[in-house]
Amino acid sequence: MHELPITQGILSVVVEAAQQANARQVLAIDIVIGELTSIVDDSVQFYFDILSQGTVAEGAALHFHREPATASCQDCGHTFAVSPPLFVECPQCQSTLIRVTGGNEFCVQSIEVDNES
Amino acid sequence: MNRKIPVVKEILGANDQVAAENRRAFEETGVLAVNLMASPGAGKTSLILATAGRLPDSIRPGVIEGDIASSIDADTIAAHGIPVVQINTGGACHLDAPMIRSALPHLDLRAIDILFIENVGNLICPADFALGSRLNVVLASVAEGHDKPYKYPGIFTVADVVLLNKADLMAVFEFDLDSFRRGVTMLRPQAPIFVLSCRSGEGVDSWVQWLIAQR
Repeated sequence: MHELPITQGILSVVVEAAQQANARQVLAIDIVIGELTSIVDDSVQFYFDILSQGTVAEGAALHFHREPATASCQDCGHTFAVSPPLFVECPQCQSTLIRVTGGNEFCVQSIEVDNES
Repeated sequence: MNRKIPVVKEILGANDQVAAENRRAFEETGVLAVNLMASPGAGKTSLILATAGRLPDSIRPGVIEGDIASSIDADTIAAHGIPVVQINTGGACHLDAPMIRSALPHLDLRAIDILFIENVGNLICPADFALGSRLNVVLASVAEGHDKPYKYPGIFTVADVVLLNKADLMAVFEFDLDSFRRGVTMLRPQAPIFVLSCRSGEGVDSWVQWLIAQR
């Protein structure tokens, strides 16, 4: 269920951007998704193919870019990328005192459009 | 001619805008709105009742109940004389800001000091949808196991406070409290953690005092 409102959000952002650019058609959409958000790419694509019918974005290819979460060790300061499940220890000093930041990104980065009309 | 256009727009920007409107409505009426998120059965309704029952008379509670179907929880709350509005999401796995906006006309915000918004039981989707609350409360429970911060990190990253319910069952479930605390702190170092039991009442007073101090 979660992916349906998300996909509606993507489509409305894209259609608005395409109108502002006087685009005839949207060919591709670059989406940035953080590693800690629970979005399933295939599911978004599935909904997108249905929702975008009859819009300027019909048939556009969705490109998902996964943004990793960053872990930093509170003992030795080493930083490294992590993804869930987060049972992590520092690869350098094996400490389990870790702070995780980022990984919550969730935006439409850019669209590729055809301007010929 | 093909060209690439930078957009950089939040996908849930429309929801965030409505959440900001809700937040203003709460601020203007002096309501502390609390978004209570947890898995099904963690004890959300029990926590609301245990908390409301410990508030001084001068602090008046109100509740927005989110459920996929039924008004079971809202009926329980109403039986305690607390103003409550039920939202049935009709299958949707989370509350969103427009749902809260449409519930607000059914509540007298000027007669409420703390508004508990009980989200749909789910550790995944509610994390992504801001409601306009000032506090995000994540309620975990001992029976779910201590691994929840590691397996469902998203929801803990938005928590302003984390509560661990059913503390009276700690021994039965061999719950590793240190591991749980480490997991929460890894994701959200600034969130205080309260260990409590709505059933036995242990630890509830500390949480209620903290909550009152947030007003």
